[in-house]
Amino acid sequence: MSTQITGTLDAHGHLDHDHKPRGLARWLFSTNHKDIGTLYLLFSLTMLFIGGSLAMVIRAELFQPGLQFVDPHFFNQMTTVHGLVMVFGAVMPAFVGLANWMIPLMIGAPDMALPRINNWSFWILPCAFGILLSTLFMEGGAPAAGWTFYAPLSTTYSGDSTAFFVLSVHLMGVSSIMGAINVIVTIWNMRAPGMTWMKLPLFVWTWLITAFLLIAVMPVLAGVVTMVLTDKYFGTSFFDAAGGGDPVMFQHIFWFFGHPEVYIMILPAFGIVSSIIPTFARKPLFGYESMVVATASIAFLSFIVWGHHMFTTGMPVVAELFFMYATMLIAVPTGVKVFNWVATMWRGSMSFEVPMMFSLAFIVLFTIGGFSGLMLAIIPADFQYQDTYFVVAHFHYVLVTGAVFGIIAAVYYWIPKWTGVMYNERLAQVHFWCSLVSVNMLFFPMHFVGLAGMPRRIPDYALQFADLNAFMSVGGFLFGLSQLLFLWGVVRCMRGIGERATDRVWEGAQGLEWEVPSPAPYHTFDTPPVVK
Amino acid sequence: MRHRSSGLRQAKTYLNHPLAAAPLLAASFPAGAQETRFNMTRGATELSQQVFDLHMTIFYICVAIALVVFSLMFWSIVHHRKAKGVVPAQFHGSMKIEILWTAIPVLILVAMAVPATRTLIAMEDTSASELTVLVTGSQWKWHYKYLDYPIEFYSVLATPRAQIANEAEKSPDYLMAVDKPLVLPTGKKVRFLLTADDVIHSWWVPDFAIKKDAVPGFINETWARIDKPGLYYGKCAELCGRDHGFMPVAVDVKTPADFEAWAAQQVALAEQAKAEAASAGPMTMDELMALGQQVYDSACVACHQASGEGLPGVFPALKGSAIATGEPGAHIHIVLFGKAGTAMQAFAKQLGVKELAAVITYERNAWGNAKGDMVQPADIVAAIEKGE
Ligand code: HEC
Ligand code: HEM
Ligand SMILES: [Cu+2]
Ligand SMILES: [Cu+2]
Repeated sequence: MSTQITGTLDAHGHLDHDHKPRGLARWLFSTNHKDIGTLYLLFSLTMLFIGGSLAMVIRAELFQPGLQFVDPHFFNQMTTVHGLVMVFGAVMPAFVGLANWMIPLMIGAPDMALPRINNWSFWILPCAFGILLSTLFMEGGAPAAGWTFYAPLSTTYSGDSTAFFVLSVHLMGVSSIMGAINVIVTIWNMRAPGMTWMKLPLFVWTWLITAFLLIAVMPVLAGVVTMVLTDKYFGTSFFDAAGGGDPVMFQHIFWFFGHPEVYIMILPAFGIVSSIIPTFARKPLFGYESMVVATASIAFLSFIVWGHHMFTTGMPVVAELFFMYATMLIAVPTGVKVFNWVATMWRGSMSFEVPMMFSLAFIVLFTIGGFSGLMLAIIPADFQYQDTYFVVAHFHYVLVTGAVFGIIAAVYYWIPKWTGVMYNERLAQVHFWCSLVSVNMLFFPMHFVGLAGMPRRIPDYALQFADLNAFMSVGGFLFGLSQLLFLWGVVRCMRGIGERATDRVWEGAQGLEWEVPSPAPYHTFDTPPVVK
Repeated sequence: MRHRSSGLRQAKTYLNHPLAAAPLLAASFPAGAQETRFNMTRGATELSQQVFDLHMTIFYICVAIALVVFSLMFWSIVHHRKAKGVVPAQFHGSMKIEILWTAIPVLILVAMAVPATRTLIAMEDTSASELTVLVTGSQWKWHYKYLDYPIEFYSVLATPRAQIANEAEKSPDYLMAVDKPLVLPTGKKVRFLLTADDVIHSWWVPDFAIKKDAVPGFINETWARIDKPGLYYGKCAELCGRDHGFMPVAVDVKTPADFEAWAAQQVALAEQAKAEAASAGPMTMDELMALGQQVYDSACVACHQASGEGLPGVFPALKGSAIATGEPGAHIHIVLFGKAGTAMQAFAKQLGVKELAAVITYERNAWGNAKGDMVQPADIVAAIEKGE
């Protein structure tokens, strides 16, 4: 892709008087996509550490059989808030942050299309999570019905934090929907001349599709939490059989949101990996069109598989079979993506800087999560897997070694562009290897204990699971500690410590984001580049 | 042994023998335990064996695919590296290959779907059953009612709280044993009807490959035909509140003859208990307090806590509470009939009149609630007759 840049370089000249406010006001009132991207990413990092600390409480309690540290009710609060914080606070905002930073740079736009909405959608988030986390300190504690908050445990039988929980989920939803609208409008209208649909980088494509998913399902989540609220406080009976409702209907509505939600957390990571692999293989992405089609098929299928979370609820056999076949079908486009990545590497000229290492780990470990997902689709076997640690293993492989590894790869890949300095490669390699070993110590044995019969969401277990749980807890603590290395690496770059980065940063890098200086100036592409 | 079983289940079966010897237990442990510490059980029914086979088949297919894909990837990583001076090829797509690697997985998936569908249809066919049990979950116990016999009872965790709190050594059946297991005959098609009183629970016995949700207000069905006598363990598999982890399932499977003998004995025992309850005389304060503490520790402690202080904001304290220190009528009423729309259940049918009298007396006189009054079995009988 050859590019001709005008404007940007002139802007470079008056970098220092580009009218950016100083101090706190710069961040509070910012409408600049780069500042807001930074805010999102820092927020997500904070949430990763908060959610991680809660996970450490879980792993400490599960280190040995018996109750050592926490009451079971508090344990349930830990799993619930850990899940909510990781999903809505760590993974989703990280992707929005990356979208903010990178989409305008990748499509040659000067900023996001709706900068004020952008500011608003970010600043709602700290309020939402402030409310959610404050419930930990209330009498009766935080929500404790799991991140899936099944009724009636979350309605009739829940504590008074439910009202706060519902409010905070509404805020998260508003923030996500505004972010998604912004992404769609930006991609639709602000592509530089010549940046046709089939030239869009895959990260942009996957985010576009993700944004449509978000707009489709976040209102469903808003609906279901509102029904929880009115069931608990205003005497409705949506989910109460005594009043003519149905607790299982809650699950249908929740998972109609929840399944697309898991793809919301993985599609942008697919986009990231599809950008990184060609760079370090020094070879164009294999099967670009089929990657786009596969992403769109996954998004479509994600709307018709929600029942696979509910095989034990007593659905009619025909419905069970439908959901089983549809779920198995998702393996096909997912497989196509993995094959395309491998084909991209094939006969390339690879080097193994840290973004590449995380991407390779992503491919292998995400695929392991995909395999266990396929196993979970086979209903008779799912009756044995459902609600055990096998499921916990499955979704951590796709979320931690999938989504989170994708995010970490993206940070290492683009941080030289953001800060103008290279991260410390040796530190980052240590971070990678520590994470890789510990994450597998943590999550791999979960397959075994799950198959052997250990249910999820329990604070204490039978003696046969003791040794593996101790091992997993050690893995968990090591994984938690390893992320401090990541924090250190990021802080170094933010403080400008390290080698100066070149504009292109990576030898094999392609795309508009590498045409602007490093660090990317406050305003880029004031005059659109022309993509030939 | 044709049907391999979990080591702990064997251990428990040995324990059931009066002559169970510790060395035997230790010796039997590792051999059988291997399998189900890392993998799914083959279980004790034809269907559980089929489920196990299905699980292993998909697992091997996944491993095969993984081997092919990852070998290619690692081969490429080793050979196609810049450090070796490789010049990158510039190909970037092939329709033929894309079609190929879409079509092959579809065929593999169809091959997986066929046996899965067959097994599923068999698992969901509850017709022609020979015995029916209604299983009801409530926070945090199971209730079993035999529809073909006048037998029903609650089944709760038998592990003493001291073991959970690490104050006593943990027994081998830690968190698995219950006070009264469900008893079933071998060789008969047993139909289970599942429902719940409060929140959703899920009744899971891995050895029967049964996991089915117990949903309040609805009835689910499933079934099992168990081949071999023995004690089988399971758990509640749906988060159901604070003590979700402490809600085990145990099923004692007997030969049909032993089962009939057990059923007859249960019916006789129930008659006897009824007669005793009707004629229960007054108890002394010491008797009431001793029995009361016992009942409290098994039926109430999960919510109201050993200290009687409850969990602020979730379960109320009984220590110094208005009801526990007020007039006995209201206290008896809430314990007998519960409070609708809260976790406080009705205990009138769960406990005997002596136990009810004792636990109420206990609550009125423990933790510094020094009311000094006694509630007698006769008061309970009167309150039950009066009704809600
Ligand atoms: C599953 C949890 C749970 C269990 C088990 C339980 N309770 Fe309760 N109990 C509650 C809740 C919740 C309330 C509060 C009901 C309300 O909102 O008024 C309560 C209220 C009470 C009260 C009234 C307290 C007051 O001052 O308001 C008494 C007395 C009581 N329970 C006795 C018992 C006894 C006796 C047992 C055991 C036989 C028992 N409870 C078992 C949850 C439980
Ligand atoms: C530090 C690393 C992590 C550790 C040690 C960890 C550990 C755990 C454990 C042990 C559970 C199971 C709790 C239970 O069922 O009893 C759990 C649940 C969960 N985790 Fe993690 N986790 C980590 C990171 C993450 C990340 C990064 C995500 C999301 C992207 C995540 C998402 C979830 C979700 C959604 C649940 C389910 C919560 C629920 O059951 O309601 N975890 N985690
Ligand atoms: Cu799903
Ligand atoms: Cu449960």
